Amino acid sequence: MSLFEQNFSVFLQGFGHTLLASIFALVGSLILGTIFAIMQVTNSRTARSIGNIYVQVFRNIPLLIITLFFYLAVAKVIKMTGFTAGTIALTLYTSAFIAESVRAGILSIEAGQMEGARANGLTFGQAMRVIILPQAFKVAIPSLGNQFINLVKNSSILAFVGGLDLMYQGNIVAANSFDTFTTYIIIGLFYLVITLPLSYYIQHLEHKLKKNA
Amino acid sequence: MSMIEFKDVQKYYGDFHALHDVNLKIDAGETVVLIGPSGSGKSTLIRTINGLEEIEEGQLLVDGFDLHDPKTDINKIRKNVGMVFQHFNLYNNKTVLENIMLAPRLVLHRDEAENKRIAMELLEQVGLADKANSMPAALSGGQKQRVAIARSLAMKPKALLFDEPTSALDPEMIGDVLDVMRDIARDSDMTLLVVTHEMSFAKAVADRVIFMADGRILEDSSTEAFFENPTEPRAKKFLSQVEHH
Ligand SMILES: Nc1ncnc2c1ncn2[C@@H]1O[C@H](COP(=O)(O)OP(=O)(O)OP(=O)(O)O)[C@@H](O)[C@H]1O
Ligand SMILES: [Mg+2]
Repeated sequence: MSLFEQNFSVFLQGFGHTLLASIFALVGSLILGTIFAIMQVTNSRTARSIGNIYVQVFRNIPLLIITLFFYLAVAKVIKMTGFTAGTIALTLYTSAFIAESVRAGILSIEAGQMEGARANGLTFGQAMRVIILPQAFKVAIPSLGNQFINLVKNSSILAFVGGLDLMYQGNIVAANSFDTFTTYIIIGLFYLVITLPLSYYIQHLEHKLKKNA
Repeated sequence: MSMIEFKDVQKYYGDFHALHDVNLKIDAGETVVLIGPSGSGKSTLIRTINGLEEIEEGQLLVDGFDLHDPKTDINKIRKNVGMVFQHFNLYNNKTVLENIMLAPRLVLHRDEAENKRIAMELLEQVGLADKANSMPAALSGGQKQRVAIARSLAMKPKALLFDEPTSALDPEMIGDVLDVMRDIARDSDMTLLVVTHEMSFAKAVADRVIFMADGRILEDSSTEAFFENPTEPRAKKFLSQVEHH
């Protein structure tokens, strides 16, 4: 275990970056994904097309390519670190999947909910916010949970662009210590520290909502 | 003054001509029942009045606003025109009380204490004060429909549209809902337009009966005239069918 003790602060720094990138990307992709999901279910043909194109583009390109695009191309115009470039790419990539989950959730809510709300005088936005989305998220929780866990694991993409995350630090420790096996076991355990509680929390939410339904 | 006026209205679903040359005038305060066979366009007609369906041609004036004019703000009309649906469409994620208080709060910005007082009064009126904190899923169909009526009334609309409000209910629940509607027709000066197959209700409360078939209004008569002596053969046939089952 001396490898762990010797490199503790390095691991911890990696863990901090991974955690931070995950939180930013989770919040960002949830907001963006919801916006694009709503765009895809509006009456406006333009909004639907934009939503659709966005989702198709970011869902169908490898995350690594999106990351390199921000790190190599966009960073030439707007200065940003590898961490920032990676986190933005992770956010956009994940938001496409979240948009699909949320859209499926919205479509699973019977049309009568929106009609009742509109006939009652609510605007489309009010009806979405107060009536449709709360019900749609309940339906989407298992699928959103999967996306969030994928997001944490996918954050290892930061290592490719000097993002200082767990995987990046792990690569350095492994190279210096020559003990690749132990290093990556430790790294794997650190990922579990984030993903396991997240999984349990999602399961807990699912059970709670099932009981209320 | 007329509350609702159709002038040469045409409505299409794609190529399908759903409303044919509809001309119809309903005065403020009138109670009108709309009947006709399945697929005749009753729902389509009633849903154009609050803009749930758009019309392709003609003029549709509701409370002075022209629904076919793109500049018309549909929400202004919906503030004054409530709708009760066959399948209730209560907010499944809100309690009964919240179902009633939501639109007055968000749309009318009604004071919260006042909002609650009015909502409780309405629940009292429809006989469901004890269900204020229940979720819709815990109610029977008849109870849901009475909550839906209370929800519409909370907006203090000038007109109320009913699209087969009792068609999805078990027979023993229908009476309670019709009673509530009868009281509204008697005690309020709202304009009521009701699509229904309940002929005894129509006879008892309607000022006028409109008969539709194939997207056209075939008969528009006073209630008495309609039931005693329908002029249209298809109306006669329809009446004998619904009254014998
Ligand atoms: N969204 C739609 N798209 C295409 N056709 C439709 C749509 N809604 C209704 N129609 C058609 O328009 C016609 C009139 O339908 P509508 O629902 O208004 O009839 P209705 O008189 O209310 O019938 P019911 O008594 O069965 O409720 C029917 O032929 C129906 O198939
Ligand atoms: Mg109908």
